[in-house]
Amino acid sequence: MSQEPLIKAEQRRPDWAALVIAAILIAIAGVIFFDAARLREVTGYSPVGPATVPHWIAIGLVLLAIWTIIAAFRGDFPEREKQEIKPVVWVIGGLAAQMLLLNTAGFSIATGILFAATAAGFGKRKIWFSLPIGIVLCLVVWLIFAGLLQLSLPAGPLERLFQ
Amino acid sequence: MSTFEFLMQGVVVAMQPMNLLYALIGVTLGTAVGVLPGIGPALTVALLLPVTYQLDPAGSLIMFAGIYYGGMYGGSTTSILLNTPGESASIVTALEGNKMARAGRGGPALATAAIGSFVAGLIATVGLAFIAPYIVKLALVFGPCEYFALMVLAFITVSSAFGDSTLRGLTSLFIGLALSLIGIDQLTGQTRLAFGVPDLLDGVEVTTLAVAMFAIGETLFIAAHGSFGPDKVEAVKGSIWMSANDWARSWKPWLRGTAIGFPIGAMPAGGAEIGTFLSYATEKRLTKHPEEFGNGAIEGVAGPEAANNASAAGTLVPLLTLGLPTTATAAIMLAGFQQYGLQPGPLLFATNPQLVWGLIASLLIANFMLLVLNLPLIGLWVRLLTIPKPWLYAGILVFATLGTIGANPSVFELGMLLAFGVMGYIMRVLGYPIAPVVVGLILGPLAEQQLRRALAISQGDFTVLFTSPIAAVLLAIAALALIVPLILRARGRGEVLSQMAANED
Repeated sequence: MSQEPLIKAEQRRPDWAALVIAAILIAIAGVIFFDAARLREVTGYSPVGPATVPHWIAIGLVLLAIWTIIAAFRGDFPEREKQEIKPVVWVIGGLAAQMLLLNTAGFSIATGILFAATAAGFGKRKIWFSLPIGIVLCLVVWLIFAGLLQLSLPAGPLERLFQ
Repeated sequence: MSTFEFLMQGVVVAMQPMNLLYALIGVTLGTAVGVLPGIGPALTVALLLPVTYQLDPAGSLIMFAGIYYGGMYGGSTTSILLNTPGESASIVTALEGNKMARAGRGGPALATAAIGSFVAGLIATVGLAFIAPYIVKLALVFGPCEYFALMVLAFITVSSAFGDSTLRGLTSLFIGLALSLIGIDQLTGQTRLAFGVPDLLDGVEVTTLAVAMFAIGETLFIAAHGSFGPDKVEAVKGSIWMSANDWARSWKPWLRGTAIGFPIGAMPAGGAEIGTFLSYATEKRLTKHPEEFGNGAIEGVAGPEAANNASAAGTLVPLLTLGLPTTATAAIMLAGFQQYGLQPGPLLFATNPQLVWGLIASLLIANFMLLVLNLPLIGLWVRLLTIPKPWLYAGILVFATLGTIGANPSVFELGMLLAFGVMGYIMRVLGYPIAPVVVGLILGPLAEQQLRRALAISQGDFTVLFTSPIAAVLLAIAALALIVPLILRARGRGEVLSQMAANED
């Protein structure tokens, strides 16, 4: 029992998640360098052109990545709580479905699906119950925001009934 | 014209019936959204920004002012009745306020928070009105060097001076700065990091990023915790009014909290939440009832709540006079201004005085409205607190995406919303702060512009940044703000700093 914390500390060194972050930071820096190389230097009076600040930010990112790697090996990152993946997948799935359906199915149906998927992620799995609620709620929202406040929310088959 | 006359003119603008209506809608929506658990002032403002899109600039900024103050009020109600210290400014309120609610004194706790916020908001808004013209005068002598130094200072204090890690704060900031590069370079018109995608030419929208990271990131984070049982909402028992004794014990903390909070918020540096902690510590030292601290002392609610509201009004000083946002909330408000092609700063006071003073006056009016609305409607706000989590977060996501769709109904924008939401979630899991990303995104291009102007004037001589005395002092303070916390943390004294973290969501 008393050895458990020790083992944990061993496992956390190096911290792989932190190393991944460092890799991502270096990748972002690489993209910035690549893009900045393409920019024409219109310097004029100043040696500072459109590519200078991107270079600085990229260098900063590389330095932070090195620092992150050091921190990862020293185990400086805080303990992370266990994450449940299933609810996260439900919510992300709902957002993705809304994104893909928005222009064909219209605001109410697409966002209603997001509503039901999020509720499902939080434990309300009765889709046959939450989906109609979501769609009706979103239709009301659509009527208020597209009708009264004149926001341009995409209309689908349901919304056309009210136009 | 004197400040007083300007302010009176502003009151005339704000008292027009339509503007009063906008203010009323603003405070009501702001309180209703701000009261929802897990939604702080920054997210309230970001979520409700689209509601104001169709109004004229004056009307929408007035509604905005109401939303801002309403969101602050709503947040304090949540932390008293529901012990969810999600927002650092409310941690302190929750310390004593939630204890009071459990002891059946929730009514007086809410009342002292509401009246304290009102007193603080009133004094601080008047303070804002009287200080702003002087800072505007000062700001007019600022050149690009000084502005750049000021922004560097804001970057450092927002990202690394507070919070529990310099590394993670700076990383968040640089992610924000990297995102800010996307789009058209303002000085040469060349596109950067857009990769031929037309949607990226205008850059990343601050509201999209803020809503994604605060609303979607937070929802994913809560969902991943896996426990969706209802939180315990303390019922408001007994009278909601304060007794004579409560009044006697509250008025001094209100004034002290205001005196502590306003200057801290008004400083052109981040970390506006420090005021609440300082106020709590002060009240604890000065109280005649030390035994009650930790068990529901009314001073511990009155002082920090006043400090919180005073520093919220204080952050409007650098925002309006210098165009410098020092909190995520202020960054989103700056985005709201830019929506109408208005750039806050000394020039706005000269070119658009009616708008600025109308805004300041409507803050005063919103403050009055909140006092009138808040206590009688407390039953309604409690009702909102008891919405079960599945419906609550489903609703939050509907409104979060509604804002983005309303601003730009494109699949690409929703894709960015999703991507940044996932990014916000991962950052939360790994302990990275969110506010520096938002501030970096909005302030990055402004800082770059000032830097390049400064260097163009000096014909490329970098020493110009250090030869201006004001700029040199500001940069020296920024360097101290970076180095001192590093030393403190290395010596194991970092807890104080992490408690002061400005974690608003």
